Amino acid sequence: MLGRMRRRLGRTAENAAAGRTAIEAVLARRAEGPRPDVGKDLQARFVARAEAMSTTGEIIAGLEEAPAAVARYRGGQKLPRAAVAWPQLAGLDWAGAGLRVDCRAAGGEDLVGLTGVFCAVAETGSLVVLSGPDTPAANSLLPETHIALVPASRIVAGMEEAWRLLREECGELPRAVNFISGPSRTGDIEQTLVLGAHGPYRVHIVLVRDW
Amino acid sequence: MQNQSMHFKQRAAAAAADRALQAKLGTAKALFVTGRRRAVADLDLEATRTASQAIRDTCVADLDLWLERFETEATRRGAQVLWARDGAEICRLVIDIARRHGVKKAIKSKSMLSEEADLNAALEAAGVQPVETDLGEYILQINGNERPSHIIAPAIHKTKEEVAELFERVHRKPRKTDIGQMTREAREELRAHFLSAEMGISGGNFLVAETGSLALVTNEGNGRMVTTLPRVHVVITGVEKVIPTLEDLATLMRILPRSATGQTISNYFSVLTGVKRPGDTDGPEHLYFILVDNGRIDLLGGDFQPMLRCIRCAACMNHCPVYQTIGGHAYGWVYPGPMGSVLTPLYVGIENAIDLPQAATLCNQCGAVCPVKIPLPELMRKLREQEVERGLRPWGERAALALWGWLARRPRLYALAAKLGARTLKWQAGGEDRIRVLGLAPSWTAGRDFPAPEGRTFRELYAERKSR
Repeated sequence: MLGRMRRRLGRTAENAAAGRTAIEAVLARRAEGPRPDVGKDLQARFVARAEAMSTTGEIIAGLEEAPAAVARYRGGQKLPRAAVAWPQLAGLDWAGAGLRVDCRAAGGEDLVGLTGVFCAVAETGSLVVLSGPDTPAANSLLPETHIALVPASRIVAGMEEAWRLLREECGELPRAVNFISGPSRTGDIEQTLVLGAHGPYRVHIVLVRDW
Repeated sequence: MQNQSMHFKQRAAAAAADRALQAKLGTAKALFVTGRRRAVADLDLEATRTASQAIRDTCVADLDLWLERFETEATRRGAQVLWARDGAEICRLVIDIARRHGVKKAIKSKSMLSEEADLNAALEAAGVQPVETDLGEYILQINGNERPSHIIAPAIHKTKEEVAELFERVHRKPRKTDIGQMTREAREELRAHFLSAEMGISGGNFLVAETGSLALVTNEGNGRMVTTLPRVHVVITGVEKVIPTLEDLATLMRILPRSATGQTISNYFSVLTGVKRPGDTDGPEHLYFILVDNGRIDLLGGDFQPMLRCIRCAACMNHCPVYQTIGGHAYGWVYPGPMGSVLTPLYVGIENAIDLPQAATLCNQCGAVCPVKIPLPELMRKLREQEVERGLRPWGERAALALWGWLARRPRLYALAAKLGARTLKWQAGGEDRIRVLGLAPSWTAGRDFPAPEGRTFRELYAERKSR
């Protein structure tokens, strides 16, 4: 098939060499396209866009307040006390807030999933989560409710900044980089929007100012 | 899939007369057209379209080299890259993979190439149960493998009553009337499949050459399920889907959801690279990319190369007055609307889809909204030229045009014929301003009236005015 492509494109040894050089140049340049204006206040933009995607949220001052904030949300929504969290979040005092939190990958029966984020995107109100041993992808997907702890310091302007951060901090991409923008949804029956298709029905953000 | 494009006229006429379908198409039109217009308001739209076109052109122009690069990067991260010439090869490769890994059930997120290949039928015949998980595709699958009528809203032609009845019959549960409840019921049915399937099959929105990654966009979350839970993941996608960098992906992701569903971003956007890493609790152990030709390579280096830029957003059909009137089934193959009217003849043979390039008013609504600036009307016109050059048009049309051409080269005779024609038609109209049945071409007036000439030709009127 590559042979047929080469014939159709008139590929020769000389123009292949030139073409490969051109490809390296494109990859090295990493040119950005035109971008919409997201304003100066990234946190305000992130919150507004997340709400537009039907995400709910609360802002707290420090990480130690997170279990209480999660417990408040749980109470308001009448959710069970049991939740499954990223192993990365094992250090927080969940029991002290009256929650029964297991730190492991979520299974099909778990109803509440707790995660952190790698970063968050102001332009689109998206959470960026990476797969990994301490950050299983299933926790933001299988449970009916997804609660994410988001450090305000990790809100970046756009997807381009998220890639930059990933290259700086991880080098290689993890198996999965997931951009999550609100609860799962479908419009497949009569184009009527329904929240909660295969993924969560609710996405709640606990935004931590100093973390 | 079996091509039915040669029956376009009958199917289009039936669709245009289908009241219920017309109501649904009306709703969809309002939703998609208004949605897109609102969503693009915060972009420098022209600059973004130009940049998106440039990204796609860069890759299509050196497709062989970009694919080599993609293959190297993907392989380095544990994926296997396979190549399929046509639908039959796709089926053979997927079945081989299923056998190798002892797969009994495959969950699928939407892949138009699987439709091109009729993959579900092949899997069933090989003893593998295929389960469509996009809600629209699932509805169609449990309704006797019905065909999608839109590339992003496959069950757009179904009413909620039809879906309620279908669910009651297939799920054997009490009938629901609320769309939210129906969606929950489908979720519960499908959840069991997600957790038990050994293989996930997905399409691909983009392939990123820089990292050998797959970019996948869904709203329902089924794309994430299919690529996270089973131990084998097979990606089936066209060879043209490759793009250079993650930055290019960011640019295209600004225009794709806006053009498709009028969203600033889709709910889930995943960049998937390689297989499960050491210590990971989820993700596939085996990842295969099946890169498909099925007619695409023949477009390289020719008049129709711009069509390979297509990112499958469906904006062209959502804005097409013909699609808005007849829906997707009439087009007879996988891809409806203007992009289908160009792709179908190119992929299945122009002689098998003779009416499709004609099924357009060339109003350029499609060209104006295309996020990668594909000149769709121009490509349809080129296909029409090919139909004429290859003598594929019906003999009546060819004879009429030959006669007209012969007359047009003889100005005096032409003037006489025009005079006779105008007077005959006036006489035939019998004092009315329109002719309801045209004697020589009754089918032309089957769906519209022919405006009656007032009796004198343009040349006569011009001469008279000049002499005044």
